[in-house]
Amino acid sequence: MISLLRTIRLTFLHMFRKRETIPYPEEKVSLHPRWRGRIVLTRDPDMGERCVGCYLCAAACPVDCISLQATEDENGRRYPEFFRINFSRCIFCGYCEEACPTYAIQLIPDFEMGEYNRQDLVYEKEDLLINSQGKYPGYNYYKVAGIDAGIKGKGEGDNEEPPIDIHSLLP
Amino acid sequence: MAIIYIDHKAYEVTPGKNVLETCLTLGFNLPYFCWHPAMGSVGACRQCAVKLFKDEEDTKGRIVMSCMEMVKEGMFLSVEDPAAKAFRAQVIEWLMTNHPHDCAVCDEGGACHLQDMTVMTGHTYRRFQYQKRSYKNQYLGPFIHHEMNRCIQCYRCVRFYKDYAGGKDLDVFAAHNHVYFGRAEDGILENEFSGNLAEVCPTGVFTDKTLKAHYTRKWDMTMAPSICQHCSLGCNIIAGERYGELRQITSRFNAEVNGYFICDRGRFGYEFVNSKNRIQQPLIRTKVPDTNDKQNLYQHLKKILSTHKVMGIASPRASLEANFALRQLVGSTNFYHGISETEARLMRSILQTLGSGQVQSPSLKEIEAADAILILGEDLHNSAPMMALAVRQAIRKAPFEAAQQIGIPSWHDAALLGFTQDKKGTLFIAYPTKTKLDELAANTMHRAPDDIARIGYAIANMLNPLSPSPEDIGQDDLKLAKRIAGIIKQAERPLIICGTSLCHEALIKAATNIAVALGTKEKKAGLSFVVPECNSMGLAMMEAPSLMQAAEALKKGEADTLIVLENDLYRGTQKKDIDDLFSYCKELIVLDHLHNETTGKASVLIPVATFAEAEGTMVNNEGRAQRFFQVFDPKNENFRESWRWLDEFKQFKNGVNPEDLAAPGNLITTLVALMPQFKGAETAAPDAGFRINGQKIPREPHRYSGRTAMLANINVSEPKPSEDQNSALSFTMEGYRGMPPAPLTPFFWAPGWNSGQSVNKYQEEVGGALQGGNPGKKLFPEIPVAGKTFLNDIPPAFTPLPGEWLMLPLSHIFGSEELSIYTPGIAERAPRPYLAISKNDAKRLKVLDEEILQLQLQDQIYQLPVLIKEELPDGLAGIPHHIPELTAIAWPANGILTKPK
Repeated sequence: MISLLRTIRLTFLHMFRKRETIPYPEEKVSLHPRWRGRIVLTRDPDMGERCVGCYLCAAACPVDCISLQATEDENGRRYPEFFRINFSRCIFCGYCEEACPTYAIQLIPDFEMGEYNRQDLVYEKEDLLINSQGKYPGYNYYKVAGIDAGIKGKGEGDNEEPPIDIHSLLP
Repeated sequence: MAIIYIDHKAYEVTPGKNVLETCLTLGFNLPYFCWHPAMGSVGACRQCAVKLFKDEEDTKGRIVMSCMEMVKEGMFLSVEDPAAKAFRAQVIEWLMTNHPHDCAVCDEGGACHLQDMTVMTGHTYRRFQYQKRSYKNQYLGPFIHHEMNRCIQCYRCVRFYKDYAGGKDLDVFAAHNHVYFGRAEDGILENEFSGNLAEVCPTGVFTDKTLKAHYTRKWDMTMAPSICQHCSLGCNIIAGERYGELRQITSRFNAEVNGYFICDRGRFGYEFVNSKNRIQQPLIRTKVPDTNDKQNLYQHLKKILSTHKVMGIASPRASLEANFALRQLVGSTNFYHGISETEARLMRSILQTLGSGQVQSPSLKEIEAADAILILGEDLHNSAPMMALAVRQAIRKAPFEAAQQIGIPSWHDAALLGFTQDKKGTLFIAYPTKTKLDELAANTMHRAPDDIARIGYAIANMLNPLSPSPEDIGQDDLKLAKRIAGIIKQAERPLIICGTSLCHEALIKAATNIAVALGTKEKKAGLSFVVPECNSMGLAMMEAPSLMQAAEALKKGEADTLIVLENDLYRGTQKKDIDDLFSYCKELIVLDHLHNETTGKASVLIPVATFAEAEGTMVNNEGRAQRFFQVFDPKNENFRESWRWLDEFKQFKNGVNPEDLAAPGNLITTLVALMPQFKGAETAAPDAGFRINGQKIPREPHRYSGRTAMLANINVSEPKPSEDQNSALSFTMEGYRGMPPAPLTPFFWAPGWNSGQSVNKYQEEVGGALQGGNPGKKLFPEIPVAGKTFLNDIPPAFTPLPGEWLMLPLSHIFGSEELSIYTPGIAERAPRPYLAISKNDAKRLKVLDEEILQLQLQDQIYQLPVLIKEELPDGLAGIPHHIPELTAIAWPANGILTKPK
C-alpha cells in the first residue's frame, strides 16, 4: 500500500520536472561540437581541397563504405577525382577522421540525413565538400609536406632548409 | 650445418651466409635497408645492428652489423638485446630527421620498406626540432618519378643501376649529408631496367610514373600471379587491378626465371589492356549492331560453322588453351600456325635441337652462373632484356669464385668489387651492329648473318672435327674461332645463346653444332634460344603447318572460312600475301583484343580477353610451362577468354543450340592427353579444385577498401562478387590467409612487411627458392643421348649484292613488340623509323646522317632517314624491327636503296 502511494507520488512529482524530450523538428537538438554525424570534406585556408586522396580513410573504414580515386592537377597537387561515401553502410565510428593525415575528412554535428530512397544515401564529392575549414582552422598539408604541389616551392616550407646546391662541397 | 645461438636459443643454420639473411630465414624481424638478397651487403645503412658475444659467459658483447658478419659455428648473438634495439631505433630516428611529411601523397605508402622498418623499430615521434633538408627533383623520363627529399642514403639505387644493371646515367653526387642520387642533368633514364628502381628503393624516391597516373595503394588492388606477355622469357609478374582497370605490374619472385627483377617493357607495357583501341563488342559486318548482339552472333556463327569448311590460324601470343581450343574446333588437319614460313622453319629447327636431348636449355638462373658465353646473332638488350641482365651477372660474377678461395664470401659486395676490379667472365658477341653488351665482351664480331653462322660452324669444327667445317674461311676468322673454341672448351659452364631475331636458320644450326660439340656424356652444354613471342615455343610444340601452307590449302578449296585467333597477320608478312589469303575465304572470323589491320578485314569480329582478364598457360623460350591467372572480371561482358568463345563455337559445330551451351571442360588436361609433348603442363599450377582448409586463395589483401561504395553510384545494393570457376583463386578478400602455394601467390605480404621485401617470408631460404618449389614446369625432359649428330647447312660467305642490300631487322626493346606500344611512355621511347647503313655504303650513295634515302622493299617504298653505323658490314641495311611504321615485311628481305630526287 505504502509503495503504491510512493509510486503515485513520484509520478506526480515528475510533472514538475524539466522535460527530456523536445518537440523536434520544430525545436532543434543542441549537439556537442565533437558529435560524430554527417561526414564532410573540408577545405584548407586557401580554399583548396584538403583531401589528397591518400586512401587512409577508406582503409580505416570498418564497413568499407568509402571509395575514391586520387588524381593530380598540373602542379602535382593530389586531389580526389571522385569521393564516394555510402551512408547506408556508414556506422559513424569516426575512424576515417582519425586516419586522415590532412584534417580533410571530418564528422560534424548533423544527423538529419533521412531519405525515403536508399540510393539517395550515396554521397558523391559534390555532396561532401564544404566551403569551410571545419574543426581545424589554419592547417594546410601542402605547406608542411616535402613535395612541391604549387603551394610552396622546394625548401620554402617553414620546417625546411633551402634546396641543397649539389655542386657545392662546403660543409 | 652450423649451430648458432640467438638470444640463448640454438638454431641450425647454413655456415658462410651473413647473419642478417640467416636471421631473416629463421623468421626474426630484423630491420635493414642497404642489403638486398640479389646485391649483397655493403654495411652502409647501419640499420641491422645485433649484439655479438665472445662466448656463452660474455655478458657485455659488442654491436655489429649483422649483414657484414659471417655465420660461424657456435656464434652467440642477440637480436633482442636492449643496446642493439636502442641502436636500431636511434638509426631510424636519425634517418627520419630529414624525411618529409609525405606519406599521404607518396606512391610508396602502404608498400614502403621505410614505413615498415620505422614501425618495426618503434620510432614514433620526431624529437628533432630543427629544419629538414630539401632537394630539387629531376625529370627522369616517362617511367620513373623522382622525389629526392625522401632519400635515406642507402645507396641501393646506384648499386642496382650501375653495378648490377650496368647503367651509366644514374649516380651519386655531392658530399656528406648532401648526397644526391640522380642524373648529371634532367633526362630520360637510359637503362632498360630502370623500373626496378621503384622496387629496389626502400622509400619513395623512385616511383612508378604510370601508376601515379591512376594511383592505387597496394592494399586496394585485386592482384593475381601472371606471366609477362612482352617477350619469350616468361618473367613472372604480379598484375594489379582497381575499378576495372589494370593499374600496376610488379615483379613476382621466381628464383629460376626472373629472380627479383623485370625489364621496363614488362613493367610498363601493360597499358594496352586499358587502351581505347580495345574491341568492345562482337561485330558482324553485314549487319547493323544492335542490343541483342550476343544472340545475333551465336545465330550467325552457328549457321557459318555448321555449313562452311573452317580453317584455323593460331597465334604465338595466345595461350596454349586458346590455341588448343581452336585446334579442337577446326580439327588438326585444318589447324595452321599464324606465323610466316621463315619463322615456322626457325621454330622447327629450334624445337628439333632442344627436343633432341643433345643440349640443355638453361633457365635465366643457370645463365647467371655461366662462366663463358657466346652470343650468335642476338641483341639481347632489345630482344630478351632479362636475358641480357642475366648475361651481365654471369660476366660480373665469374671472378667471384676466385674471391671465395681467399675467403671473401659471395654476399660481401664491397669486398668483391674491390677484389674483382676489372676482371670479368668471358663473353663473345657476334651481331651485325654494336649491342649494349659489347662493353663486357672479350671479342665482338660485327658481321653479316651468313658470316656469323660460318664462324659458328668453324668453332664447332674446332671443338669436334666431326662437325662440318666451312670452306675458304678467312685467316682472321679462323684465328678468332680457334680462340673462342679454346676458351669455351675450358670453361666449366659454357653457354651458347642464339635466337630468331635475325631470321636466319644457319645461325641456329651453327649454335646447335657448337653446343653438341661442347657437350659430354656427363654434362650437356647449355644452349639458349630467344624466340619471337611469349608463347612461340608452345605454339611450335603444337606441330602444324605455317601460314603459307594455309594459303595453298585455301586456294585448293580445302576450306572457305578462316578463323584467326589473336594474331595480326599483316605484321609478320607481306600485305599482298595476306590480302590474297583473305580473298579466298567467304567469311573471316577474327578474335582479338585490339583493333588492327587484320580485325579491319574481319567479317565477324569477336572481342576477347587480354592476359589480365583470362587464364592460360604459356611455354617460354627454355620450354617452361607457366600458368597465368585472371586478374579481374572485366566490366565488359564481351571480354571473354578466347578459349571460352572457341569452345562454344565447337559446340555450335556439333549442333548444340546457343541456349544449351555447356561450360568448357579442363582444356589443359585434354591437351596433355592428346599431345604428350606437353606432359607436365597440367602441373604448372594447382587446378581449380584446389583448396586449403576448404578455402580459396583471395586475390585481394585483407585491407582491401571500398567494397560497399565502389559500385554504389550504380546501385546501392551491392552485387554478388563474381566467382572464379577456373582457378583456386577468389575475386574477393575472403579466403585462406596463410601461405599459398608458389604458383598461386597473388601478392607478397607478411605481418609487419607490407612492401615487396616481404618475399623473404615466402622463400625457403632468403634469396633461394619459393616455399614448395618455384612455379612452372619444364617440358623438355632430360633424355640421355649416346651419339652426336651434327647439322650441315653452311651458307656461303656473304658478298654484297650489286645494287641490293640485305635488310636486317634490328630489334628495339621499346617499339618492336606489338602490345606494349600502346603504353604512351613506351611509344615515346620507341625509335623513329631509320635506315642503318655502313660508312662505305653511305659514301657510295653520297648521303650523310639524317638525310633521306628511298628504300624499295618488296612491294613497298619507304623514305627513311639514314643512320650511319660504322661497325655495320657493307651491303647490309638495318631497319627497326616491327615498329608500327615498318611492319608487313616478309623476312629475310633484300632492299634497293636510292637517293630520292
